[in-house]
Amino acid sequence: MIGIFVQSVLQDNLALTFFLGICTFLAVSKRVGTAFGLGLAMIVVQSVTVPINHLIFNGFLIEGAWAWAGLPAVDLSFLKLISFIGVIAAMVQILEMTLDRYAPALHRNLGVFLPLITVNCAILGGSLFMVERRYTLPESVVYGFGSGVGWALAIVAFAAIRERLRYADLPDGLRGLGTAFIVTGLMSMGFSAFVGVGLP
Amino acid sequence: MNRSTLQHLTSPLIDNNPITLQMLGVCSALAVTTALDTALTMSLALIAVLTAASTVISLIRRHLPGSIRLVIQITIIASLVIVADQVLRAFAFEISQRLSVFVGLIVTNCIVLGRAETFAMRNPVWPSFLDGLGNGLGYGLILMLVATIREFLGSGSLFGLNVLPLASEGGWFQPLGFMLLAPSAFIIIGLLIWIIRTCRPAQVEADEFPILSLRSGDGS
Repeated sequence: MIGIFVQSVLQDNLALTFFLGICTFLAVSKRVGTAFGLGLAMIVVQSVTVPINHLIFNGFLIEGAWAWAGLPAVDLSFLKLISFIGVIAAMVQILEMTLDRYAPALHRNLGVFLPLITVNCAILGGSLFMVERRYTLPESVVYGFGSGVGWALAIVAFAAIRERLRYADLPDGLRGLGTAFIVTGLMSMGFSAFVGVGLP
Repeated sequence: MNRSTLQHLTSPLIDNNPITLQMLGVCSALAVTTALDTALTMSLALIAVLTAASTVISLIRRHLPGSIRLVIQITIIASLVIVADQVLRAFAFEISQRLSVFVGLIVTNCIVLGRAETFAMRNPVWPSFLDGLGNGLGYGLILMLVATIREFLGSGSLFGLNVLPLASEGGWFQPLGFMLLAPSAFIIIGLLIWIIRTCRPAQVEADEFPILSLRSGDGS
């Protein structure tokens, strides 16, 4: 369990090792404050959607899931993309309404970022990795939370570096997107040093 | 085909490239570029999906109610991606295993949705088709460039064929293992952006500093 958590936060970091959610990562990282909000939203959505997608995949889509209805040969796993996207969009919507009702302060802070997250590839990627690696339900809860934390960690650190870089005197062609890419590369190099870290 | 229509096809190649300028679809672009054959497969899949999605969405653009258009676009894109994924599994199983989840991630690839939303919703079918094709080719171009650099320096081969004699087999070339790791992809794209922007100064981003020093007064 702890092993999966550490692995999903550090070694298999979604943003820096698998390049997922990089579009949002580069676009919403100009300030530490907003980056933190997005990271928080990401943790919440990721830890809700991965277990739910796990239940849906194993309950309805996997080969043999309809055996109780007398249809043991039905294999709907090719529908996983379309149903995962549906689940993610629905979950984000429900989460937004719930937060608005019960935690308006948090909702105000996350507000803009919640809908943005629907099209974030890291969320869909997390669910697809969960299927590919055949996690069990408790494992997928831990994996969802851990990968969210890893992504949030990466974007907050990256935003902090970018805030400093604003005052740097860069060559014209490298300003903005160019440096963003190179800095991400360097951070990714730093994170790859965690490869040796493993807990029993 | 007149000149302005052709423009839709050619401008996304370098001048308005989806990856280096519009910053769309970077997510899946980097992970598949360790070898040329996976990059080529990925580009072909994306070109097919993007062209088809733009055409279909442009065909039905007058019948889409504004409030649910995103849902419908996503559904169309997801169906097309499922087709592409299944075709790959059927005819190129080994490569589809190496691409792992990344073909599926074309669904959330911002290029497809971005072009559908900004271009196909407002333009007739033929320009949308060309725009989809052009953006797909622009994406593929960057992917192939990065993959060529990474595979050539990282394993001394192109399309899996050995080009440089490897040191492990008695040659002189010591492969740069770093090129096969994640960080190199970011750095290569960063440098590509630098090269493109040096040749096309119009793309250079404005210096943020003057605006920010004004804005820093609001206590942020």
